[in-house]
Amino acid sequence: MHVGLEHYLTVSFLLFALGLLGVVMRRNLIVIYMSLELMLNAANLALVAFSRFNDKLDGQVLVFFIITVAAAEVSVGLALIVALYRRRQSAHVEDLTGMKL
Amino acid sequence: MDLTDILFYVFAALTLGCGVMVIANPFSRNPVTSAMFLVLTIISMAGLFVLLHAFFLAAVQILVYAGAVIVLFLFVIMLLDLKEEARRRIKIFGFAAGILSVGSILALFFKTLSNTPLTTAPSLTQEGTTEALGKLLFTGYVLPFEVVSVLLLVAMLGVILLSRKNLD
Repeated sequence: MHVGLEHYLTVSFLLFALGLLGVVMRRNLIVIYMSLELMLNAANLALVAFSRFNDKLDGQVLVFFIITVAAAEVSVGLALIVALYRRRQSAHVEDLTGMKL
Repeated sequence: MDLTDILFYVFAALTLGCGVMVIANPFSRNPVTSAMFLVLTIISMAGLFVLLHAFFLAAVQILVYAGAVIVLFLFVIMLLDLKEEARRRIKIFGFAAGILSVGSILALFFKTLSNTPLTTAPSLTQEGTTEALGKLLFTGYVLPFEVVSVLLLVAMLGVILLSRKNLD
């Protein structure tokens, strides 16, 4: 069977599901951040596949912007985690319940 | 089934297998192992990008993700000295919630995919080379490009502010 758009989309969906599973199930803030990266990459893969199969380069430009924004997001998020760790000595979501009622 | 199809299956299996190892490694709960498997996921995804003729993005993917983002992750992991992660166990409620949410969103995705007519033949006119992408980036997308550069500046200032010794 020839590889078409639906194959790439299937890989993208499964990768997004993996990332979501990691965000919901893991309790370590850093691993949750890695799962977020997986989800962003799944979206990137879907966009590149759409761009290829629809004969337009706009999707790839969008992926370029997503990569840039993801890099900025990771730097700010990891700085937040480090600041949080300095206060609480923990990077576990179960220990970070300061806003719980 | 020609070579590109075989390569697609190889890279897809590598991407998904390493993705599983990022979130649920049966041998080690160490975040460093997760980060290493994330590098493998990123690299095999760059292979998928090459198969989709997005050469520039494949290079950027490896440079930015494997070269910068993962290194940042590793720095922070080693800075925080996360040793006690291995002891805690996964709660049954979190497990059930994860399976439920992921199952429903996958059902939604595949239902949409099966109901949508798709173009099957790939285009051969547009190639994602640096020249083509750069031309598009500096003609049609100049304003977003400039906005993104401001965003990077803001992120840099934010990180400097956040990582000072006393935040108050």
